Amino acid sequence: MAPATASAITLTVNGEKHTLTVDHRTTLLDALRERLELTGTKKGCDQGQCGACTVLVGGRRVVSCLQLAVAVGDEDVTTIEGVANGEHLHPVQQAFLDLDGFQCGYCTPGQICSALAVLEEHAAGWPSAATEDVRPEAGPPALTPEEIRERMSGNLCRCGAYVSIVQAVAHAAEQTGGRTAEEPQKETKEPAA
Amino acid sequence: MTTTAKPPAVGVAHSRVEGRDKVTGAARYASEHHFEQLAHGWFVLSTVARGRVRAVDDEAVRAMPGVVAVLHHGNAPHVATDYVSFLGPPDPTCAVFQNDRVPHAGWPVALVVAETPEQAREAAEALVVEYDEEAHDIAFRADRPDAYVPDQGSPVAAKGDLDAELAASAVVLDATYSTPEQHHSAMEPHAATARWDGGRLEVFDSNQGSMWVADELAKMFSLDPASVRVRSEHIGGAFGSKGMRPHQAAAVMAATALDRPVRVALTRRQTFAITGYRSPTTQRVRLGADHDGRLRAFGHEVLNLTSTLRPFVETSAALGRVLYDAEAHHTAHRIVELDVPTPTWMRAPGEAPGSFAVETALDELAERLGMDPIALRARNEPAVGPLSGLPFSSRDLLGCFTEGARRFGWADRDPRPRTRREGRWLLGTGTAAATYPSGAAPSTASVTAEPDGGFTVRISAADVGTGARTALTLVAAEVLGVDPAGVTVRIGDSDFGPAWVAGGSMGTRSWAWAVTSAAEDLRDQLALRGQDVPPEGLTARVDTARLLAELAKKERHSFGAQFAEVAVDVHTGEVRVRRMLGVFAAGRIVNPLTARSQLVGGMTWGISMALHEEAVRDPASGRHIGADLAGYHVAANADVPLVEADWIDDPVPGDPLGIKGVGELGIVGAAAAITNAVWHATGVRHRDLPLRPDRVLRAEEAGQGA
Repeated sequence: MAPATASAITLTVNGEKHTLTVDHRTTLLDALRERLELTGTKKGCDQGQCGACTVLVGGRRVVSCLQLAVAVGDEDVTTIEGVANGEHLHPVQQAFLDLDGFQCGYCTPGQICSALAVLEEHAAGWPSAATEDVRPEAGPPALTPEEIRERMSGNLCRCGAYVSIVQAVAHAAEQTGGRTAEEPQKETKEPAA
Repeated sequence: MTTTAKPPAVGVAHSRVEGRDKVTGAARYASEHHFEQLAHGWFVLSTVARGRVRAVDDEAVRAMPGVVAVLHHGNAPHVATDYVSFLGPPDPTCAVFQNDRVPHAGWPVALVVAETPEQAREAAEALVVEYDEEAHDIAFRADRPDAYVPDQGSPVAAKGDLDAELAASAVVLDATYSTPEQHHSAMEPHAATARWDGGRLEVFDSNQGSMWVADELAKMFSLDPASVRVRSEHIGGAFGSKGMRPHQAAAVMAATALDRPVRVALTRRQTFAITGYRSPTTQRVRLGADHDGRLRAFGHEVLNLTSTLRPFVETSAALGRVLYDAEAHHTAHRIVELDVPTPTWMRAPGEAPGSFAVETALDELAERLGMDPIALRARNEPAVGPLSGLPFSSRDLLGCFTEGARRFGWADRDPRPRTRREGRWLLGTGTAAATYPSGAAPSTASVTAEPDGGFTVRISAADVGTGARTALTLVAAEVLGVDPAGVTVRIGDSDFGPAWVAGGSMGTRSWAWAVTSAAEDLRDQLALRGQDVPPEGLTARVDTARLLAELAKKERHSFGAQFAEVAVDVHTGEVRVRRMLGVFAAGRIVNPLTARSQLVGGMTWGISMALHEEAVRDPASGRHIGADLAGYHVAANADVPLVEADWIDDPVPGDPLGIKGVGELGIVGAAAAITNAVWHATGVRHRDLPLRPDRVLRAEEAGQGA
C-alpha cells in the first residue's frame, strides 16, 4: 500500500475548529488561504523571508509559509481575521489605519500580527538585538523607536511605510499600556479626519 | 436632495477609504478569489540563457496526480503578437509558448495545470525540458562596441559645443557612475485568475491598469473588447512591474483550453525572471564651470541594457534637461542588447538612476569649486526649459532647498569632509535635487447621483497603494460639495472604460481631471433639475482627451530637495542613514496623509537603492544569484530612521487642476543625498551603487592610503 499523502487534521483558527483533509505538503499558509478561505494572511515569498504570512500560533508569531498544516496540532491559530473584536478594531489595527502604517496593504496583516506579538514579547521582558542592557534585573527595555524597528524587522514593507509602522506600533503600545519612549520628532503626522 | 457648503475635502488628511478592509484582512487581492473547479497553473521557466527547446517531456508529468494539462510551444494555441496596444507594441515575453526559442534565462517554457497548488508545483518541478543550448552574452559594460542610439523617445538632446565649453571651463569634472540591476519586488507576487463566464472572459488580476491588460488580452486572443473584463480591486504594490505579463496570458490560455477557472500565481523567484526590472546603467557625466560656479558645459551620456526581444530605454539623461542650464548641454542614451529579460519601468524610471549620477556630480563639482552645493544649484537655476525654451508651469526648486536647509540645519554644516566623529562612526550630511515630470493622459470617468443621496464614481483607475481611491473620493466630494462619506469610488475594472494607468506619477492627476470634470458636469445637471434625481440615478460621463489637448505647452515638473545624515564605520564598511528630510514642490496636495506616505516611501526606496539593492547575474549561467528576498536586499525596518517629507506651496497658474503627482518624486535624488553624505563623512567619493560594506572598505584603503 502506498503511504498516505494526506491526513485529516483539526485546525483551531480564531477560536473556531475546522476539520479538513490536507495534502502533507500543504503549509499552514495555504491551508488558511486555499482551504479555509481566510485570505487575510498573505503570501509574499513562500520561503520565510518577508513576514507577510505572519500569524500567531499558540500566541507566538510564526511565518505560516514555513509551517506545515499537519504539524500545527491543537495549538490556537490567530490570523488577521481574528484580531478585531467584532466591529471594534484592535488598537494596533486602529493605529495602522489612523497613522497610515501601510500603503498597498499586502504586508499589513503580517505587520499587525507581528506587532501584537512584539507588544506581548516586550511585556514579557524579552530583549532584542537593540536592547542596551539585557540583564534580567534591568527589566524590560523602553519600547523606543530603535526597539520597535529591530523587533519589526522580520516584516518587509516594499512601499516603504516603515516610518508610519513604527509610529503606529508606538501609539498602540501606549494605548495598550506598553512603556514607550518617543524619539524627538520635529514633525508630527497630521491626524486623519 | 440638497447640497450645502461643506468644508474643503481636498487638502485635508483622510485615512484610506479601504483602510479598514486592509487592516482586517477583508480586502481581496488577485489570487484570493475562489471559484468552483479552480485549477492551478505553475510556470516552468528556462534554465538556459539562450537556445531552443528541443523537447518537453510532458508525458510522465501528465500522469502525475492531479495534473490536468501541460501547455508548451508544442501544443499551445497561436496568439497575436503584431498588435499595438494601449501602451504601444506588446512585450513579446507575454505571448507565451509561441515558439521554441529561448531568449533569456527564466523564459516561460511550459505551464503545468493541476487540481491543487501542491500538485501543480511538484509536477512543474518534475517536468524535464531539453534544450539546444547556445552561447549567451550578458556582459554589461560601458565600452560595448555594439551599443547603439535607440530609435525611440528623445535619445539625444543637445545645444552648443560641449568640447569647446569644457576646454574654456575653469573647473572640469569628468566622472563615470554606475547603478546595478534593481527589482521592483512588490510584496504581492503577480497573480491572475481567468475564467469564462456567460461568454465573457473575466480576469482577476494584480495590475496598474485594468483597461491596459484587458486591451492586450483582447488583441492577443483576438476577442471582442467588450467580451473581456479585467478587475484589479486591490494591488499589493506594483512600482512599474504590474502591466501585461506572461501570467495573465497563460491563465487565459489554460482557462480557455480547459474550460474552467485557472489561477496562475508567480512564485517570488519567478517574479525576478518575468516581471521586468530596472536595467543597470553606466553614466558618464561631464561638467565644466566658471570659478563662480556657472555651468558652461553639461554632458550626460547613459548606457543601459535591454533584451534581444525589445528595446527599452532607461531615460536617465532626461532630468538634466530640466534641472540645469549650460552654454553647451549634451545628453544622450544608448542601449545594448543582451541575452537577458526585457527591463521595464521601475519607480522613477530614468530619474532614479540619472539623479544619482548627476546629483553626485554636482556635489563633486561644488567640492572642487569650494562652493556650497546648494549655492551651486542656485547659480544654475534656469529661467526656462534649458533645451526646450518653454516656460515652467511652476518651479520652486530653490524654495525647497531654502526650506529644507532651514529645517535640516544645513547652515551649521562644516563643509570639510571627515570632520565629525562619534565613537566608531564618522558622520556626514549631504543634499541633492529632485525632479519628475507631472504629465497627464486622457481618461474617462463617470459620476452618478444615486436616488439615496449618495454619489458613485466609476473610473478604471488603480490604487497600487498610492491612496488613489481616497484621493479621488476627496476630489469628487470637493466638487460636489458633499461629505467624502457620501461618495463611493469604484476603480480597478476595465468595464469602466479607458483611463490612464497607475504610472509615471500621472495617475492621480489624470484621473482627478476626469473625475472633476464629470462631477462638475453632474453638479450642473443637478442644478438645472432642481436637484431632482430620477429613480435610476443621474450619470455624467466625460473623456478628458479634448481638455488635455487644450493645455498650454510648458515644462511641467515637480521638484524637491533631499537631505540626509549618515554614520559610516570605515572599519566594518557599515553605512547607517541617521535621518532624512525631503522638501518638495509638488503642486496641490490632495490628501496630506497619503501623499506624505508616498514621498516617505520613495525616500525609503532611496535608502534601499543607495545601500542595499543589487541583483547579480552569474556570467556562466546567465541566471540570477539569489533571486529572492534573502539574496536581493530591500531596506528592512531597522534600516530606516525617521524619514520626514514635507512640501511648500506650489500653485500652478493656468492649470485647472494644479495636481502634480508624488509617486516617483521621493526617490529622485535620495540615493545621491546619501552618497554625498558618505563623502562628507569619510572624504571618499562613491560612484557605484550600492554602497556595500566591501566598497566602503576598499574606498577607505584607496582614499586614505591606510
